[in-house]
Amino acid sequence: MNREYEIVVGLEVHVELKTKTKIFCSCSTEFGAEPNTQVCPGCAGFPGTLPVLNRKVVEYGIKTGLALNCEIAEMSRFDRKNYFYPDLPKAYQISQFYMPICKNGYLDIEVDGAKKRIGITRAHLEEDAGKLVHQGTITSTEYSLVDLNRGGMGLLEIVSEPDIRSAQEARAYLEKLRAVLLFAGVSDCKMQEGSLRCDANVSVRPRGQKELGTRVEIKNLNSFRALEKSIEYEASRQINAIEDGEELFQETRTWDEEKQVTRAMRSKEDAEDYRYFPDPDLAPVYVSQEWIAEVSASMPELPDQARQRLVNDCGLPDYDASILTLTPATLKFFDEAVTEYNQPKIVSNWIMGELNRLLNVNNMEIEDSRLVPGEMVKLLKLIDAGTISGKIAKTVFEEMFSTGKEPEQIIKEKGLVQISDEDTLKAMIDDIVAANPKVVEDYKNGKEKAFGFFVGQLMKATRGQANPAIVNKLLQERLSRE
Amino acid sequence: MQLYDMTISELSVLIKERKISAQELTRAYLQRIDEVEEQVGAFITRTDELAIQQAGEFDHNPVNKPLAGIPYGLKDNICTRGVRTTCASKMLGDFVPAYNARVAACLQDQQGILLGKLNLDEFAMGCSTETSAFKPTSNPWDLQRLAGGSSGGSAAAVAAGEVAYSLGTDTGGSIRQPAAYCGLVGLKPTYGLVSRFGAIANTSSLDQVGVITRDVWDCALVLNAIAGYDPQDGTSVKIDVPDYTADLSGDIKGLRIAYPREYFQNNTDTAIVEQVKRALHEYEQLGAIVEEVSLPYSEYALPAYYIISRAEASTNLARYDGVQFGLRDVKADNVADLYADSRAAGFGAEVKLRILLGSYVLSADYYETYYLKAMKARRLIHDDFTRVFENHDIIITPTTPTTAFQRDEFRSDLLNLYRNDILTVPVNMAGLPGMSVPCGFIDGLPAGMQLIGKPFKEKMLLNAALAFEQAHDYYKARPNLGGDR
Ligand SMILES: [Zn+2]
Repeated sequence: MNREYEIVVGLEVHVELKTKTKIFCSCSTEFGAEPNTQVCPGCAGFPGTLPVLNRKVVEYGIKTGLALNCEIAEMSRFDRKNYFYPDLPKAYQISQFYMPICKNGYLDIEVDGAKKRIGITRAHLEEDAGKLVHQGTITSTEYSLVDLNRGGMGLLEIVSEPDIRSAQEARAYLEKLRAVLLFAGVSDCKMQEGSLRCDANVSVRPRGQKELGTRVEIKNLNSFRALEKSIEYEASRQINAIEDGEELFQETRTWDEEKQVTRAMRSKEDAEDYRYFPDPDLAPVYVSQEWIAEVSASMPELPDQARQRLVNDCGLPDYDASILTLTPATLKFFDEAVTEYNQPKIVSNWIMGELNRLLNVNNMEIEDSRLVPGEMVKLLKLIDAGTISGKIAKTVFEEMFSTGKEPEQIIKEKGLVQISDEDTLKAMIDDIVAANPKVVEDYKNGKEKAFGFFVGQLMKATRGQANPAIVNKLLQERLSRE
Repeated sequence: MQLYDMTISELSVLIKERKISAQELTRAYLQRIDEVEEQVGAFITRTDELAIQQAGEFDHNPVNKPLAGIPYGLKDNICTRGVRTTCASKMLGDFVPAYNARVAACLQDQQGILLGKLNLDEFAMGCSTETSAFKPTSNPWDLQRLAGGSSGGSAAAVAAGEVAYSLGTDTGGSIRQPAAYCGLVGLKPTYGLVSRFGAIANTSSLDQVGVITRDVWDCALVLNAIAGYDPQDGTSVKIDVPDYTADLSGDIKGLRIAYPREYFQNNTDTAIVEQVKRALHEYEQLGAIVEEVSLPYSEYALPAYYIISRAEASTNLARYDGVQFGLRDVKADNVADLYADSRAAGFGAEVKLRILLGSYVLSADYYETYYLKAMKARRLIHDDFTRVFENHDIIITPTTPTTAFQRDEFRSDLLNLYRNDILTVPVNMAGLPGMSVPCGFIDGLPAGMQLIGKPFKEKMLLNAALAFEQAHDYYKARPNLGGDR
């Protein structure tokens, strides 16, 4: 490579809004129902049916817009996006193309401690399509089945400016966006279930060049990892092509998770003309200043505010605060624990350490775990009381995490109570000292390691349950008498 | 007088006074249909059994509602639960809705007696019923001529005495034109007054369900039953709907009537122009103030209408692709062919033409040139009317440039066929209420006069129409299709 290149990325994120009912009918939006059980003539596009806008969807749109620092349009409008596909019963998708509800916002992200502001071009409301279920693969299938449960669910498409300069920034943006949406309470943001979907527009240009390079859209990004990997791959593919003197095409590519490459899907020439025009079945959406004020007043605490609070009010390091505010469930866990146990840093250490480790190992979200903050607090108090050591506490914690049992019960069942009784420990120390005259000699000759040997022996004898502070004290007393 | 010649209000008295049962009335109408339907061709689907059942239920448990027990028909683009609704298209040849259109539910609530579904141009696209995939509908006044359209079946059925009244839909004149051709009263309400839910869309921003009756009073009665806000229709307007029959007197003293000069020129038959001018003179004598005005932008209504209606229709009809709805071409072995073949087989020529035109004017390269320009013209047409209505209460014009035309008269002359809508289209473009009332006969064929009102001022229209009707016998005339008189 003889030149330095800059990667330019913009993200288009589709978020499924978790309103109780769909955007233009009263069907349920519950995930995981039997196929085609959450469908009515309206969202199945039956002749003569008409869309009626769910105001809650608009409210969620306003809420998201405010959370993303957007201007909320006084008037927005729905258009028809026309294309044929079997999962789209009307053969058009109702979407805000010409006049979106939110414009000109931004999101602040952080990569390796460096803060950066990513612009948000627009966010618009639209309906989701249904889902095709193939028998086998899309090319080999004899027939395909259509599930319309998802069809007509309210979506918000959030389009960023091409302000992102690396795969890490893209990931940080998506993570932050997810956090904001979760805190605002507008979406579940589950990439696996498809309630958060992301397409990336990627181009490269020689550093210093003003014009953007040829843009490629990557689809089928089902995880943060896929987003990161695909951008890295695509950027190097483009750089290599330029270096090899090849021409790049504006095209749509898909991420092949298995092979970890992007593959060509369709070129710009194949792009459909969607024949957008205002949907005559729907009146324009008017959002008054009063409505905006109302939504604004009901806005929950957002990640940046929470982070600030943890630093200012709880005295946490900014790093801790940033981790604890990744999801509202984590923050809630922290806040509840601190209410009962006012040692924020200790609580934070346990959440960021043991709890996150166990969640990662089990591939779980905090809200799915059986552990509740109150139980963790009990454990912390048991440590403070000297009932168990910090080390034993980790064992107990793991047991609590997997069984949901109370710490006292686990300690009792497993006989894990810390031994702090001096007489018991003295007797054990006497035995060990008596049994190891040679090590005592070493100790007297100034070999520091010898002290550690006795501690180790004692811990072994008590299966780690001896109170370390008391052991230290007693052992020193005992050895000084030799 | 025969039962099938009577108005709703006349029949209603007989029913209420128990001089006749709903079943007897229904059977009389069914017999009439048996006698004349072959000549007229107004029905796509007859619902004899259902009708007799509904009549029986009413006789058993009569309710006191203005339309109770009265036989009616619905244009076959109005969804009826359990009754095939075809839009006169092969595409929906076997479509049986699981829901009622709002207006169908309204008439069912009235305990009216549904006799069947009436013919129309395919998907209401046409003005002659000739584009119906099933058959054209003849004009009861002259069987060699057509009933007009697209609500041709709805008009012919009322004129022929096959139903006491009917509902139609009007996108550019589809109620008023056939009503005029068949010597009936036809009302297209203000856009948003009557729910479009379940009325299968042609041009969503122009379509409105309306009424075809034998006289003005009946028109008010039926409008009472179907007007009003419907939460299932996002374009339905929340207003207090008046009782349209209350204070309906025909007293029009001081009514300010405008007649736009552009609507009395060139293309309109002089005989019709003369008749409407005579009517205007009569209005003056009845105490109205009549003034000539100008609606210069109406000239652009027709071209703008072509663009907007084709654009909307092209996407409204996209759902008929063989996947969920419509005829499916089972031989296709991939989804693109399935779409193409199903649509090629299911749609008729006029519908295809409109889909092509509509797709063209919405395409990225032509959207501004055609669609946006048409929308601007539409705004100007609307503003034109608003200006005239600052100083006038209603506007009067001829309904159609000619009287009923013959089959195939315009076969090779589509543009002139389309010109048929020239006087009615501007009313849809402006979203106003428009009404056609019989204003005389020319060579034995009915002619219609159009009354145009301010938004939601249907009552004023009805009253003005009644004033004219009271001064004439036109509404009493019935075509001669044989049978006893
Ligand atoms: Zn639904």
